[in-house]
Amino acid sequence: MLQQLFFGYYAFIIIGLSLIVVTRKNPGHSVMWMLLLFFHIAGLYLFLNAEFIAAIQVIVYAGAILVLFLFVVLLLNLREEITLRQTVGSWPAAFFISALLFIAVTAALGAYVQGPAGKYSIDAIRSETHAKALGKLLYTEYLFPFEIASLILLVAVVGAVVLAKRKLRS
Amino acid sequence: MVPLHWYLTLSAAVFMIGMFGFLTRRNIIIMFMSVELMLNAVNISLVSFSHYLQDLRGHILVFFIITVAAAEAAIGLAIIIALFRNKQTAHVDEMNEMKG
Repeated sequence: MLQQLFFGYYAFIIIGLSLIVVTRKNPGHSVMWMLLLFFHIAGLYLFLNAEFIAAIQVIVYAGAILVLFLFVVLLLNLREEITLRQTVGSWPAAFFISALLFIAVTAALGAYVQGPAGKYSIDAIRSETHAKALGKLLYTEYLFPFEIASLILLVAVVGAVVLAKRKLRS
Repeated sequence: MVPLHWYLTLSAAVFMIGMFGFLTRRNIIIMFMSVELMLNAVNISLVSFSHYLQDLRGHILVFFIITVAAAEAAIGLAIIIALFRNKQTAHVDEMNEMKG
């Protein structure tokens, strides 16, 4: 009962906050509401026994990505922007499409059959901590994707610098 | 015990809101934040699957999704800055050079 109540609180707040995020006029306010949203999602991860993922969520999403967003919002001068019309004219069509997607996904949930359980039960993870179990898997079985992820980050760093710098006069 | 369906429904709802925001808003920064919202919805479903199937592979996938999201945010925001420098606006209606 307490668990359902806990989940209900998180689900209610997450859905409410995401609605607030996509409807604010001022992008700066949106970023602030999104910060709160990411903390609640991190709480949901803790509820699912994924403490390392919750820490990553707070550090990378709330700490790095949102600060980047905030910098860009503060750098751009959007004072006239927010007086203009904010949504496209055919928003009921967009609502219809996304509601159709929601209905399709939830209707497909009834046909879900759970597969056999893996070896990482809660007790197994607890005996060697979540970060250690995840690290073992990441550095043995998923070493190659991990290296590719580092390459993606390198490309992102170089690409961001190239895109955002001013053109040099020749 | 909370059933898995609740998590998946929550994830679908957040994904729907993100998609709705992306399709309707005209401010490019908020459109970009809607994409992040959709990525987070997928992360919620992956972590819940991982918990209920007692497998850590979903967590690994979430790890990579967060990496790609960070790279995407850096590149996307650089593109927004370059656009704003050329057009002085973050309104997508003004960006129609390619006649798409």
